[in-house]
Amino acid sequence: MDLTVSARSSAYIHDAHAGHDDGSRTVLGFWVYLMSDCIIFGTLFATFGVLVDNIAGGPTGRELFDLPYVGGETLLLLISSFTFGLATLNMYAGRKASVLAWLAITFLFGAGFIGMEIHEFAHLVAEGAGPDRSAFLSAYFTLVGTHGVHVTAGLIWMAVMTHQVWRFGLDGTVKRRLTCLSLFWHFLDLVWICVFTFVCLRGAI
Amino acid sequence: MSGANSHSSASHDFGHGDLKTYWVGFLFSLGLTALSFAAVMSGMIPRGMVFPAITVLAVAQLLVQVIFFLHLGTAPEQRSTITILLLTLLLIGVIVFLSLWVMHNANINMMPTQMTPDQAMARS
Repeated sequence: MDLTVSARSSAYIHDAHAGHDDGSRTVLGFWVYLMSDCIIFGTLFATFGVLVDNIAGGPTGRELFDLPYVGGETLLLLISSFTFGLATLNMYAGRKASVLAWLAITFLFGAGFIGMEIHEFAHLVAEGAGPDRSAFLSAYFTLVGTHGVHVTAGLIWMAVMTHQVWRFGLDGTVKRRLTCLSLFWHFLDLVWICVFTFVCLRGAI
Repeated sequence: MSGANSHSSASHDFGHGDLKTYWVGFLFSLGLTALSFAAVMSGMIPRGMVFPAITVLAVAQLLVQVIFFLHLGTAPEQRSTITILLLTLLLIGVIVFLSLWVMHNANINMMPTQMTPDQAMARS
């Protein structure tokens, strides 16, 4: 009998059932979810790429996208990704007050991004360039809106985690959840890089 | 993946990083974003080269953030994470590239509605 394998598997079972899980399996499972989310976004990008020229006599991306405004949104989301990184570092250092402060700052930048996006959508709809105008705009609102819904979910999650850090401190469970949230938040920044490049900038060429 | 004496961190599959990696990632991202917008808005790059340029800049920024924000690397503990990521990228590549290819072909070959089936066969 292979003693190494049996020792390792018993350690594994012990790990999983006796409360010694370091959270890595949860984090890996969350990563699998994020990658499946990635495929959703990949499909939406493919849809957008197919429909981008079908403007049905309506406005083109070139006429609609205000690049300095998109640049502002990009800056807000990028800063929020960075400040979440600072929250993560303080989490490892066990500094509860700093974690709370950086989470609050991240929340403000994320909320600023969503505010700008809602304003942009309202502006487009008011101009008669809503999702019902053309296949191009349907695909645009679906893609960018799905990203916006994710960011909004991230903000709600962040508010919940801020409360948990404040109420329970930085225990193992809270740390594990914050790690998952940090992956989620950085992931949304990655998706946004593709949005501003392949939707906004490409449309304006 | 989880040894008996693993340290008690919640992110076994991801490195920790330190303040320096976050600053490096942040500054690189800022620079690459600025370059992307400048490539389109300044008009200094020949029109045909703009799209390849911003694609390269986007891929570079994705790599920068994966390395400096998500701290993905080639450490043995991160093997499952990396494998899942690569498989996902393969799937996305198939979905995006083949969708565009198939629909582009359909657009080119099916648009002339006055064409008879025989003419269409002769074209291909």
